[in-house]
Amino acid sequence: MNEIRDLEQELMAAVRAAGDLAALEAVRVAALGKKGRVSELMKALGGMSAEERKTLGPLYNGLKDRLTDAITQRRQALEAAALAARLEAERVDVTLPVRGEPQGSIHPVSQVMDEVIEIFADMGFSVAEGPDIEDDFHNFAALNFPPGHPAREMHDTFYLEPNEAGERKLLRTHTSPVQIRTMMKQKPPVRIIAPGRTYRCDSDATHTPMFHQVEGLVIDRETHMGHLKGCLEAFARAFFEVELVEMRFRPSYFPFTEPSAEVDIGCAFKEGEIAFGEGDDWLEILGCGMVHPRVIANVGLDPNEYQGFAFGCGIDRLAMLKYGIPDLRQFFYSDVRWLRHYGFSALDIPALGQRGVQ
Amino acid sequence: MKFTLTWLKEHLETAATLEEIVAKLTALGLEVEGVEDRAKKLSPFIIAHVLEAKQHPNADRLRVCQVDTGREVVEVVCGAPNARTGMKGVFAPMGSYIPGSDITLKPTEIRGVKSNGMLCSERELQLSDAHEGIIELPGDAPVGQPFARYAGLDDPVIDIAITPNRPDALGVFGVARDLAAAGLGRLKGADIAPIPGAFQSPVGVRLGLPKDKAHVSPAFVGRYIRGVKNGPSPKWLQDRLIAIGLRPISALVDITNYVMYDRGRPLHVYDADKIAGDIIVRLAKAGESVLALDGRSYTLSEEVCVIADEARALGLGGVIGGEETGCSNETVNVFLESALFDPLTIAATGRALGILSDARYRFERGVDPATTIPGAEIATRLILDLCGGQPSELVIAGAVPDEAKTVAFRPSRVGSLGGLTLPEADCRRILAALGFKVSGEGARLEAIVPSWRPDIDGEADLVEEVLRVHGYDNVPAVPMGRPVAPMGVMTSSQKRVRLVKRTLAGRGLREAVTWSFLASADADLFGGVPPSLRLANPISADLDTMRPSLLPNLLRALGRNADRGTVNLGLFEVGNEFHGDKPEEQRLVAAGVRGGMTGERHWSGPQAPVDAFVGKADALAALAAAGAPVDNLQTAAEAPGWYHPGRAGVLKLGPKTVLARFGEIHPAVLAALGLSGPVAAFEVFPEAIPLPKARGGRSRGPLKASDFQMVERDFAFVVDRQVTADDIVRALRGAEKTLIRDIGVFDVYEGPHVGAGKKSVAVSVRLQADDRTLTDAEIDTIAGRLVEAAAKRTGATLRT
Repeated sequence: MNEIRDLEQELMAAVRAAGDLAALEAVRVAALGKKGRVSELMKALGGMSAEERKTLGPLYNGLKDRLTDAITQRRQALEAAALAARLEAERVDVTLPVRGEPQGSIHPVSQVMDEVIEIFADMGFSVAEGPDIEDDFHNFAALNFPPGHPAREMHDTFYLEPNEAGERKLLRTHTSPVQIRTMMKQKPPVRIIAPGRTYRCDSDATHTPMFHQVEGLVIDRETHMGHLKGCLEAFARAFFEVELVEMRFRPSYFPFTEPSAEVDIGCAFKEGEIAFGEGDDWLEILGCGMVHPRVIANVGLDPNEYQGFAFGCGIDRLAMLKYGIPDLRQFFYSDVRWLRHYGFSALDIPALGQRGVQ
Repeated sequence: MKFTLTWLKEHLETAATLEEIVAKLTALGLEVEGVEDRAKKLSPFIIAHVLEAKQHPNADRLRVCQVDTGREVVEVVCGAPNARTGMKGVFAPMGSYIPGSDITLKPTEIRGVKSNGMLCSERELQLSDAHEGIIELPGDAPVGQPFARYAGLDDPVIDIAITPNRPDALGVFGVARDLAAAGLGRLKGADIAPIPGAFQSPVGVRLGLPKDKAHVSPAFVGRYIRGVKNGPSPKWLQDRLIAIGLRPISALVDITNYVMYDRGRPLHVYDADKIAGDIIVRLAKAGESVLALDGRSYTLSEEVCVIADEARALGLGGVIGGEETGCSNETVNVFLESALFDPLTIAATGRALGILSDARYRFERGVDPATTIPGAEIATRLILDLCGGQPSELVIAGAVPDEAKTVAFRPSRVGSLGGLTLPEADCRRILAALGFKVSGEGARLEAIVPSWRPDIDGEADLVEEVLRVHGYDNVPAVPMGRPVAPMGVMTSSQKRVRLVKRTLAGRGLREAVTWSFLASADADLFGGVPPSLRLANPISADLDTMRPSLLPNLLRALGRNADRGTVNLGLFEVGNEFHGDKPEEQRLVAAGVRGGMTGERHWSGPQAPVDAFVGKADALAALAAAGAPVDNLQTAAEAPGWYHPGRAGVLKLGPKTVLARFGEIHPAVLAALGLSGPVAAFEVFPEAIPLPKARGGRSRGPLKASDFQMVERDFAFVVDRQVTADDIVRALRGAEKTLIRDIGVFDVYEGPHVGAGKKSVAVSVRLQADDRTLTDAEIDTIAGRLVEAAAKRTGATLRT
C-alpha cells in the first residue's frame, strides 16, 4: 500500500516539476506510456488472483485517473503560459504608421458633370457630345451668327491654321454646336445635355483659354418658356441642394435663341462664402432661351412645327459656386495640393440618394 | 453705357424712384451693371468761406483759418499752400469720412492750435488725383450748401450693359423709350423742330461710291454753320460728359458726343475752312493714309469708306474723324456731318485697323437711319445755342433708305412659345409703346418694325418684346413632363469613361484636367501634329498646338509637383488627343503617369521605383473597367517612340486593334521635359474596345462552376532569353484547350544556374474538369503534352 502512495507522490511531484510540455510528456510516458510504471502495474493485475485484483484494482485505477487529471491540468497551464509567452514575444508597437496607400481623386469638373447628368437624367435628358475642333457652320453660321456680326467678336475665337483644303477650323467657343449636330441626326422629340470643353482666346483672373460648359436642348412641338423656367428651377434646386432657389430671368441676347434670357440665382454673400436659397444678391449662372426659328430651319426642321429651348451653363463656375472654389485658373494647374483639397473620392458617385443630409 | 438720372429724366417724365428705374431696366434686358451715387459719398462736404487765413504760430507751412461754414465759424489748421483769406472752398466738418484718405475726422490739435474740420483737395474727395492744394470755388459759390449739389455731382450715374442686338438703347432717348413702354413714365423729346437755313452751304456733298458699294453709305446730311465761337462747353454739358467718363474738349466736339450718347446718333464736325472744295464719300485708294483724331496715321485699303474733300481723305466714315480738319477753338465756320454707314463695312474697317470708337460701336450695331436728318437738326440747335452762328440749308446727298419691315404676329404665340397667356390688347399696347405700328384684327396681326430696331425680323422677336416689357418674371414655371419612353441616358462610351475615371481614382491616381493645347516642341516629342492643328492666334507660344497625346501635359504637371516637393505621385486625365482637324481625327484617351516610388518610405521595408508593370497594371485595370476582354488581350513589345524601347508595350485585341499602351517614358523625353525618371505611363483608348454583344437585357446567364477538384501543377521551363512569358503561356494554352482554368507565371530567373542567354520561367497550371475528378494518369498525360508543346513552340526544356 505504501508503495503505491509513494509512487503517486513521486509521480505527482514529477508532473508539478515539469517545466514545459516536452518534460510533461516525458513524465506522462514514464507513468502512463506503454511501458510506464503505472501501466506496468495495471498489466500486473491480470496475473493476480480475484481477491488481489479486487483490492488493488481500484487503487491502481484511482492512481491512473488522478495522475491523468493532474497531467491534463498541468498541460493546460503550460500551454496557457506558452501562449502568453508567445503573445508577449509577438508584441509590436501599434503606434507605428501604416503603409501609405496612394490616394486618388476625381476632379471637381468630372464630379459636377456627373452631378449635372444625374439631375437631367431624372428629367428625361440623355447625354450628347461633339468635337472640340469645329467648323464655322456648326459653331456660328447654323446658330444664326451672321458673318461680321459683333456677337461673333464677343466670342474671342481660337482659330487653327488652314488645312490642306484651305479651310480654317476653330476651337468651339461654346457647346452649342452640339445642338446643331444633334438636331441634324436625331428626329424630335429631343432632350439632351452636352457637357464638354470649350475654348476662348481670353486669359485673366476670371477667364481661362479653356473651360467647360454644359448645353441643354429640348425640341418638340409644345415646350415653351414656362417649361424652360420649370426645368432650370428644378435643376438649380437639385444641384445646390436647397429647398427653394430664387431665380431671376433677365431678357438678354444670344443669336441662337429668341426670346433669350440670362438667369441669376438669389444668394447671400457672407464672409467670403456664398449661400444659396437666401439673401437678396443675384449671381448669374447661365444663358438660355427658346431655340431661334432660323436655327431650327438651318438643321432642316420646320420651325412652324417644332420649337423648344436651349441653355448653356459654365461647369467650372457651377463647381466654384457649389464647392466654394475661389480661383478658376487652379482648375487646370494640376497642383496635387489643390487636387487633394477640392477633389472627390472615387466612390463619391453622384446619385439621387446622395443628395443632402437627413 | 452710362447716363445720369437727370439726363434720363429729360426724356422720361416719371415719378419712379432710382431703385424702381434700376429694377425695371434690368427687367427689360438693359442690365444695370452699377449705379454710382456720388452725392451719397460726398454728403458731408459743404461750401465754406475762408474769412481769414494767417500763419500758424508754431509751423512755417501751416495756416490757421477762420472758416464760415454757413452755420458757424470754426478754426481750421490747413497745410495747403493756396489757403488764403477770402477764398471759397470745400469744408468737411468733424465726424466726416474722407473717402480719398480713408479717415474719419476727429477734433485734433496741430502744433498747439485746435483744428475743427478740414478744407479738402480734389484727391480727398476722390474727384481727381490733384492734391497740390485745396479746391478753390468761384466767389459766387453759396456758402453752407452741399458741395455735391453745387458741383453737379448729386446726379446718380447709371451704367447699363447693352447686348449687341439693341443699338436703339445706345442713346439715353432709346433707354427712356423702353422704360416708358414698360409703364414707368411718359417719353419726351420725340419732336424735333427743323431749323430753317439762311443760305446755301458753300460746301457740297457727293456720294462717290461705286454702284456695287452704294450701300456702304447711302445717305449723307451736312450743314454749314458760319460765324460760330468755339470754346469750352457750358458746365451742364461738361458735367454730363464727365459723369459718363468722357473728357470735355470744346463746345463743338462736346455737342457731337452729347448727341451720340443722347440719341445714339454719331455725328462729326469739320472746320469748314480747312475743307478743300466739296465733301466726297468714296472708297479709299490703296495705300492712301489718314491722320485720325486719335493721333495715329492709318494706311488704308480699298475696302475702307473715307470722307474726303477734293484734295485728300479727311477721315474714316463712321469710325473716326481726321485730325487735320478737326475743330479747334479758332474754328469760325463749321461743317456738320450726319451720315449713314453699312454696319458690316464699319465692323470690318474697325477690326482691320484696330480702332475702337463710339461711332464704330454704334454703326456696326446699326444706327437708326431715321435719325440722319433729325440728328443734324438737334446738333444744329445746340451749336446755335452754345456757339452762335448762322446755319445753311441742309445738304442732303443720297437718301435715307425706307425699308420698314412688316412682321406677322399671332398674339397666341406669346402663350404657346413664351409660356404666358396675354390678351391681344396687351400685346398691341406693348408693341405700340415700343414704336411698332400694329394692324389687323384677332389671331393674326401685322407689325411694322420701327426704324431703330434692326434686330426684329420674326414672330419670335415680337414674343420676346411683349414678354420682356410685360416682365419675364410673370412667366409661370411649368414642370417638364416626363418623357413617355424610357431613354438611354449615356452612350456606352460615356458610361465607360465614368467607370474608367472612378477606377483609376480608386487606384490612387488623381484626376487632372490639363489644357488641350501645348507648346509645339512638346507635341513634337509625342509624334507631332499637322500644321492645321497649330493655333493661328494662341494666347502664348506655350499653348499654340493641339495636343497629339495627353501625356506631355500630364508629365509637365508631374514635374511642377515634383518641383514643389511631391515626387511620388500619380495623375490621370480623360480627354481628347488630336491628329487632324476633322471630328473623326480626335480620339478619346484615358492616360496616366506615375513618378517616383510606388509608395512612401516605410519602416516595414524598402521602396520600389515605378516601372513598366505599374503602367501595365493601370492600363489593364482601366481596360477591365471599360469592359474590355482583358483575358484575351495580347501584349506586344511595340510602343511608340516616347516610351522606353525595352520597357513598354501595347495591349492588343487580335493582331491590329490596339486598346492601350503602357511602359516607362523614354529617358530622353523625360529629360526634354525637365523630369528625372523613371515615370510609368499608360494610354487607354476606350472607343477602340468593341461593344459587348447585345444579348437582350441585363441578364448574366447561369453561373457555370465545376464542383470537381482543381489540381495545380508547376513547371520550370528553361528558354532562350528572348522568348517571352506570353509565348510560353500561349504554347501551353494551345496544347490543352478545355481543362486549363488558369496559368500563372510565378518566377523568372536569369543567372549561372541556367546558363548564358537563357532564363528560367516558372509557371503554375491549374486544371479542372466540369464532369469528373481528374485522375493522376490523366494529369500526367496532360503535363506531358504541355511540356512537349512548350518545347516545340518555344524551345523550352524542363529545368532540372
